[in-house]
Amino acid sequence: MKRQLPLIIIFVCGIFMVFQYFVPHENSEFLYEFAALDWPPIIGVFALTLGIISLIRVSIAKIRKREPNWPFSIVTLVGLTAMIVAGLPWFGGQTSPAVIWQFNFIMQPITQTIFSLLAFFIASAAYRAFRARSVLASILLISAVIVMIRFFPLGPFTGAATWTADWVLNVPNLAAKRAIIIGVGLGIISTALKVVLGVERSFLGRD
Amino acid sequence: MKLAEKMFAIDRRWVYLALGLAVLISLKIPFSIPIPISKEARNIYNFVDTLKAGDAIHLAIDYDPSTLAELHPMTLSILKQCFEKKIKVVITSLKETGPAMTAAVIDTAVARHFARTGERIKNGVDYVFLGYKPYPILIILGMGQNYRIPFPADYFNTPLDSLPMMAKIRNYDNVKAVLNISGTAATDYWIAYGNGRYKVPLAIGVTGVMATDYYPYLQSGQIFGILGGLKGAAEYETLVGTPGKAVQGMKVQMVAHLIIIVFIIIGNIGYFAQRKKRELSA
Amino acid sequence: MDWSTTIATTVAALLTLAVFSFLYKDNPFYKFAEHLMVGVSAGYWLLILAYTVVLPKIITPLKAGKWYYIIPTILGMLMWARLTRKWSWISRYPLAFYIGVSTGVAIPLEMKAKIIEQLNGSVDLVTTMYSAQAGGMTIVNNILILVGIIAGLIYFFFSKAHTGATGGIAKFGIGVLMIGFGASFGFTVMARVSLLIERLQFLLFDWLRWY
Repeated sequence: MKRQLPLIIIFVCGIFMVFQYFVPHENSEFLYEFAALDWPPIIGVFALTLGIISLIRVSIAKIRKREPNWPFSIVTLVGLTAMIVAGLPWFGGQTSPAVIWQFNFIMQPITQTIFSLLAFFIASAAYRAFRARSVLASILLISAVIVMIRFFPLGPFTGAATWTADWVLNVPNLAAKRAIIIGVGLGIISTALKVVLGVERSFLGRD
Repeated sequence: MKLAEKMFAIDRRWVYLALGLAVLISLKIPFSIPIPISKEARNIYNFVDTLKAGDAIHLAIDYDPSTLAELHPMTLSILKQCFEKKIKVVITSLKETGPAMTAAVIDTAVARHFARTGERIKNGVDYVFLGYKPYPILIILGMGQNYRIPFPADYFNTPLDSLPMMAKIRNYDNVKAVLNISGTAATDYWIAYGNGRYKVPLAIGVTGVMATDYYPYLQSGQIFGILGGLKGAAEYETLVGTPGKAVQGMKVQMVAHLIIIVFIIIGNIGYFAQRKKRELSA
Repeated sequence: MDWSTTIATTVAALLTLAVFSFLYKDNPFYKFAEHLMVGVSAGYWLLILAYTVVLPKIITPLKAGKWYYIIPTILGMLMWARLTRKWSWISRYPLAFYIGVSTGVAIPLEMKAKIIEQLNGSVDLVTTMYSAQAGGMTIVNNILILVGIIAGLIYFFFSKAHTGATGGIAKFGIGVLMIGFGASFGFTVMARVSLLIERLQFLLFDWLRWY
């Protein structure tokens, strides 16, 4: 029952959802709205908290065992506590001034800056790795440069540059991405079918 | 060390410095570049422009601060156009670290509209911000049945049925289109589940990283417009008549792209010189 | 700008510079900012889940007498069994329910969006070529797109060796794919640089007020 019952649940729920798509009867719609759309987010929210619980456990373990960089785990826990306390109902909840302040002046700038480092890394990666080693690499390089210069003011060549870049996006890029989308779609459906039919069981974990 | 070998071995921190300085200097130098408008962006602008006062659209703001730079200008431009045309806007934010940012961008758009026109845009009357719920696939499907299934109340915990704007809005049948501004896989979900199941007209504004992946959907008619990255944002700012951070950013983009192309050329010159040297010595 | 905004902007700017310091090398300032962000983000996420799901979808309905909402709540709590090795098998039941629903929903809709509609779009390319409005460039482009799609799909078909005619078409396919990836790279550069531009705009104009 530890492994069989979950597989039966997946099969029943999965097949119901596939058939429900084709059956507009009001009983089918009622079950769809009630059990399939309303309940899973409630169930899932408890799964999402697992990550936060893990973070707290790992941070406390690091501090206890005095692992390398353990003082920074204190910073993590202090940040977590400060945000939770600021969001308590007595202080105004998720829209309290203290939550908004921490979001705007701590979380937002750090998040944005961490992602902005990627600009430097892509420049460095382009310099180090973007080599016209082969015909295919050269095609990739030329295509990238065409798209990168499409908004440069190139005088009499501006129109031609824009037209070429639009052509690259709407013809070969479209073909390439459509082939990838169809391949990905086939992969998603085959994986979903394997899960519903119980062939794919890795999510059950070990006994 | 010969020049070609030096070209092959520049420390990455010099590359960082060159890029950083290029961006800083071009931010300060006043110049502008023309922003040609693409067909994909114009489609979205024309669609919103043909809507009448009182029509409703759904603005799905599915991004967080990590992609704010490219997507905020799009959001502000679309909200400007909607507020000016008195189009009702249902707003959701299906990225977990997005709601506070989305609430702030709405406030900015409302404040700017007031500064421009003296007119107050009211929550619950002119727009409704539903907020966030986890598991976007199920939320998109739920809103297609009835907005009240995933969102019994809005972001500020006001029951949806007590908001005047929501009296006539039950599900996607009551909105003219969904405009999805996203830096996440939510765009794929809107295409497959929103447009796929409920056939709601859909247009997208996505980060540059994602933009090229959606041209097949444009050609097949599953979406009717794309705003791609900062350029798409600059195009929309130009169309609505308020050039802002995106238009300013495009001139800096040009300089930064030039620097990166120069480094690619330098790297390739160094590479070919090294290869020739190896072939000669072999 | 009043003092509280100035102090807040300075805090944001110092955290921004702490993260930028990583470009020189890893250092305690960067680590501090990184760990602070992790903690604050996790706390914010917990708050969001509490106020957007637990309050409106569990506590409010239960208070209103809709007792059946206790069922998904208990199922959800069973997820916490994953935290103990001995009882983690219990979490399979609610997980199975969620996985069953989401995979069942995905099958017809992903097939429609990623396969059927895409094939429809490809057939449209053929019909467009026969329409009265089709110019020479449209016909050439549509043929190129169709050939590119087929070649790309053949490249991904690894059950047959890429030799002979198949190999030739697959080579053309990978060439088309390379053009697509090059276009993606071009847009990616723009995307990444945008993030840097915004941060420097903040430092120059919002913090230093150096207009």
